[in-house]
Amino acid sequence: MRTTPLVRIERVRKEFGGIVAVEELTLDVDSGEVVALVGDNGAGKSTVVKCIAGVYPPTSGQIVLEGEPVNFASPLDARSQGIEAIFQDLALANAQPVYMNMFLGRELVKGPLRRLDRETMAAETQTLLDELDVRIDSPRKTIRHLSGGQRQGVAIARAVRWAQRLVLMDEPTAALGVAETRRVEELIRRMRDRGRAILIVSHSLDQVFRLSDRICVLRHGKQVGIRRTSETTGDEIVAMITGLR
Amino acid sequence: MAVPGRVRDAKALSAKIPASVSARLRAVESRRYVVYVAFLLIFVFFGAMLRDDGFLSQTNLLNIVRQTTPVTVMAVAVVFVLSAGEIDLSLGAVVALSALVTADVMQSHSAVLAVAAGLGVGLGIGAVNGLFVTLVRLPSFLVTLASMGLVAGLARTITNLESVAVENQSFINVFGSGDVGPIPSLAFWSLGGVALGQFVFRHKRFGAHVVAIGDSVGAARATGIRVDRIRFAVLVLSGASAAIAGILYAGRLQGASYTLGEQDLLTVIAAVVIGGTRLFGGEGSIIGAFVGSLIMGMLTNGLILWGLSASEQMISQGIVLLLAISLTLREPRVEES
Repeated sequence: MRTTPLVRIERVRKEFGGIVAVEELTLDVDSGEVVALVGDNGAGKSTVVKCIAGVYPPTSGQIVLEGEPVNFASPLDARSQGIEAIFQDLALANAQPVYMNMFLGRELVKGPLRRLDRETMAAETQTLLDELDVRIDSPRKTIRHLSGGQRQGVAIARAVRWAQRLVLMDEPTAALGVAETRRVEELIRRMRDRGRAILIVSHSLDQVFRLSDRICVLRHGKQVGIRRTSETTGDEIVAMITGLR
Repeated sequence: MAVPGRVRDAKALSAKIPASVSARLRAVESRRYVVYVAFLLIFVFFGAMLRDDGFLSQTNLLNIVRQTTPVTVMAVAVVFVLSAGEIDLSLGAVVALSALVTADVMQSHSAVLAVAAGLGVGLGIGAVNGLFVTLVRLPSFLVTLASMGLVAGLARTITNLESVAVENQSFINVFGSGDVGPIPSLAFWSLGGVALGQFVFRHKRFGAHVVAIGDSVGAARATGIRVDRIRFAVLVLSGASAAIAGILYAGRLQGASYTLGEQDLLTVIAAVVIGGTRLFGGEGSIIGAFVGSLIMGMLTNGLILWGLSASEQMISQGIVLLLAISLTLREPRVEES
């Protein structure tokens, strides 16, 4: 019935020097869909994310983008295929303005001398922040003057700007307060509504149930199962995570 | 219709300007301006105290520009080096070696070849430093500490501690005591270096990437900036700037010796840091470094006119430096997570 999924993770296995971090994972993520990856500490969630982001090459198995198997040698390769990852450290340069972070490594230039086009970068950033309702006074503000939630907002806006297909998020709200968490969740929904596929790692089951369409459970590197969020309960997921069933 | 459109634009504009202006004002940090205030204060102080000793005379002021040119040229490059989170301790030694090589080659060959040889020394040492930092993966502090000793030793060996005279008049005009109208040719080297440095640092992607890797290597890598390429480039740039400084010394002093540049490393780093560049990377200012270099030159000049002995000069410079650094480096930073 299904057409080709946007991203298919196909029997991905990852070992580190003989230790199996992920045994075998098969998972589809479609555009406009939020899939949550849950599991206890050490279950292998972050490893999966890093395999997809091109940080680690999988030991075996493959990642298939719209039917095409891809091989990422580095995060750069993944990004050129429209996959952006937001890790816990956010990868922001703290002494730089918001707009430079938005375009970090991909700065816009103008004229025969290829001067940095700061005006256009700032204007585009402002537009994007407005659209996503990330509240920052000015795109020229320095990152270190922003709150944790605002920084997260910048990282997400950057992912939205550049990710044509898939956004990977590892614990996007782990460091945030309640109000900021809500705002970031709202951002994730907007990103989904723009047709991005989203794979999110989260420890908070409440959050997973608020955000996701499907939930994939890992335990000790093994894929325990995938459930539609609307057809499962917190108890079932907890049982799957802890191995009670 | 054009008119409603224009009105709408104007409204949008007036709504945007105050926000961005106030944000800019808030983003301004006072330490960026310390250097300009310090410059004015020292200038006014010496101007008042040494008026009868000719501090404010045109000759003396132009002398300050002449004397600071090598330091200014190196300071511009060092803004890139420090902003990238690296350091180059071999600067002073490269000054001596490239000056000696330039002077020595000029004994038997053309000035053009001599300059090329001198510059080649700087580029070569910079490249070796860069390779050890990027390929062998050593901290630049240690690599350049070692190459400082190595190059200083070479500078002593190649002419057996002898000084080498420079007699080529056109070389001296371009790199030393020449003038264009009332302006010393060295001023053009200073201003040219600063202008070029400012353009690349502020307006090119290279400058943005330099600051980004000094700010957060992780973020730079994650966003695809080629960190090692930039590290290599700033160290080569630094070596080249030291070579140019050496060539400028050879022109102004009409000769070279292994002692050239001995004191410069500290002066250059002091000028750059006073000018608002962070010692540990992520932020820099070319114009600040230029003014910092002028301050260092003005201090030396003023203290000499005052009649202070060499040792008294060192003590006073140390005190002023401590003061300036306490004002610029003591940054009440927001803790970064």
